[in-house]
Amino acid sequence: MNAAARTHASAALYRRPWLRAALLLSAPSGWFVLIYLGALFLLFLSALWSVDAFSGKVVHSWTLANFETLIKVPAYRTIALRTIGIAAAVTVTDILLAVPFAFFAARIAPKRLQAALFVAVLIPLWSSYLVRVFAWRLILAKDGILNWFLGNIGLGSLNIGYSNWAMWIVFSYIWLPFMILPVWAAIERVPDSFLEASADLGAHGWRSFRLVLLPLILPGIVAGSIFTFSLTLGDFITPTLVGGAGSTFIGNVVYQEVGISNNVPFAAAFATVPLVVMGIYLLIARRLGAFEAL
Amino acid sequence: MIGTGRWSRVAFAVWAGLIILFLFFPIVIIMLYAFNPSNVQSWPLSGLSTRWFSSTWNNTEVRQALSLSLRAGLLATGIAMVIGTMAAFAVDRFRFFGRQAVSLVLILPIALPGIITGMALNSFISFNNLTFSLLTIVIGHATFCIVVVYNNVLARLRRTQSSLIEASMDLGADGWQTFRFVTLPMIATALVAGGLLAFALSFDEIVVTTFTAGAQNTLPIWIFAHIRNGQQLPQVNVVVLFVILVSLIPVALAQRLTRDTGALRSGARAPAAGAAPPAGPARAAGAGAIS
Repeated sequence: MNAAARTHASAALYRRPWLRAALLLSAPSGWFVLIYLGALFLLFLSALWSVDAFSGKVVHSWTLANFETLIKVPAYRTIALRTIGIAAAVTVTDILLAVPFAFFAARIAPKRLQAALFVAVLIPLWSSYLVRVFAWRLILAKDGILNWFLGNIGLGSLNIGYSNWAMWIVFSYIWLPFMILPVWAAIERVPDSFLEASADLGAHGWRSFRLVLLPLILPGIVAGSIFTFSLTLGDFITPTLVGGAGSTFIGNVVYQEVGISNNVPFAAAFATVPLVVMGIYLLIARRLGAFEAL
Repeated sequence: MIGTGRWSRVAFAVWAGLIILFLFFPIVIIMLYAFNPSNVQSWPLSGLSTRWFSSTWNNTEVRQALSLSLRAGLLATGIAMVIGTMAAFAVDRFRFFGRQAVSLVLILPIALPGIITGMALNSFISFNNLTFSLLTIVIGHATFCIVVVYNNVLARLRRTQSSLIEASMDLGADGWQTFRFVTLPMIATALVAGGLLAFALSFDEIVVTTFTAGAQNTLPIWIFAHIRNGQQLPQVNVVVLFVILVSLIPVALAQRLTRDTGALRSGARAPAAGAAPPAGPARAAGAGAIS
């Protein structure tokens, strides 16, 4: 294109902001509407379809059979409750681990140490998720480092590899940075004067924490819990690698139904469970002001 | 006041030390296992050796998986950089219907549990009768990488002044010249940082990939399959060490490039309040950037 034509085109574009906006938006909206949102819609529509038992083909007629199966078959109820239960346990554990750490990092540690701690929280967050789960598989194994350590200090051995306990530990470990960061940010924002006033008025330690600090940092805690809860709900890698016979998660069933049984409608129906749970959780979180804390 | 007494300060410090230990312990251990001379994965290691490194390097399966991961990562990053930047410009420069929803929609692929994004893409693939290939992996990865670039570029755009653009135009530069010589240099580091994070994300990803790869192996899928079946574990350990290093280097570079904007703090302190319900996998970390 020669210079004059280019200037002309450029001026034409400049005079038409809507055209520039439309051009800029074309690729992103095309990509997301066609590839992602459309597929997402189709997926949840397919929860209302079924699979022909003989041909294995998806039958496009409306039915609630998938949801009926979910409610009626006790195994699925158990799996859903286990998934939600462990997600909740992991969330509580991470809150307990993160709050004192974040308090130290935000209010006690000197500036330089703060920076170092910050990087130290980011590194695990960014190193491969799969690799960290694998590390725990080795640590918790029968002849792993945990039992070696317990044996050396004379405590015998502990067989928690491949169990729900292992899942609880590993999930708590994996998502801990996601809890630390928002809680840290929330504690940092609390003005010193609030805690000083509380101490001056005679509230020390635990009372100050419970009555002053905790309500102020609650949005940060809830924000962190959105991560820990949602990430645990949708996982199937950790249950596969460190879980045992009774550790099946919603994600495992979904994965099997799609990958092995090819029953996408049922998988989609089961996948609505974490989605609905998360939806409710987000509504509550919004009431608690968690979105402003993110 | 809380945490002012000497003993309580010590208690808090000890707690913080234990948490750091907890965070790093597994990472150090898994890196040590790469040097395990035995093919039995038990502790204590019988010594340290690099004997598995060369056999891993010569393993064709590993090489193919690595090559697939690199190609998928680079292509997805390229697409994400273009589309993410376009979306960031549109949101920063224009007011249009649905503008508020853009951030929300872009973050959905990583905010929803990975299995849901994976299944959605899987049904897209089967609905369109595509065969599983590099292309399907790239489509999946680009979809969740876009938001990383978008957030980084948008954070930078919000900090730059549009008067520079106007000055450039006033001085006679056309749209392309302005973009090339004014806009692009302003956003360059944020764009590259976003790209690096997107690559790190793609290189590690496993959940969405299992639904979009078919029978092909990316490196994480190869690792996962071999851990599950207990095959070639010494080589798995070496690959794992490599994956840790490869995913951390881009992150460290990105951190340097965006020190001022703190691209990595993200997930924790995402920007522009309330735009998106935040949740998101490990990847979400790179999703937000504070401006």
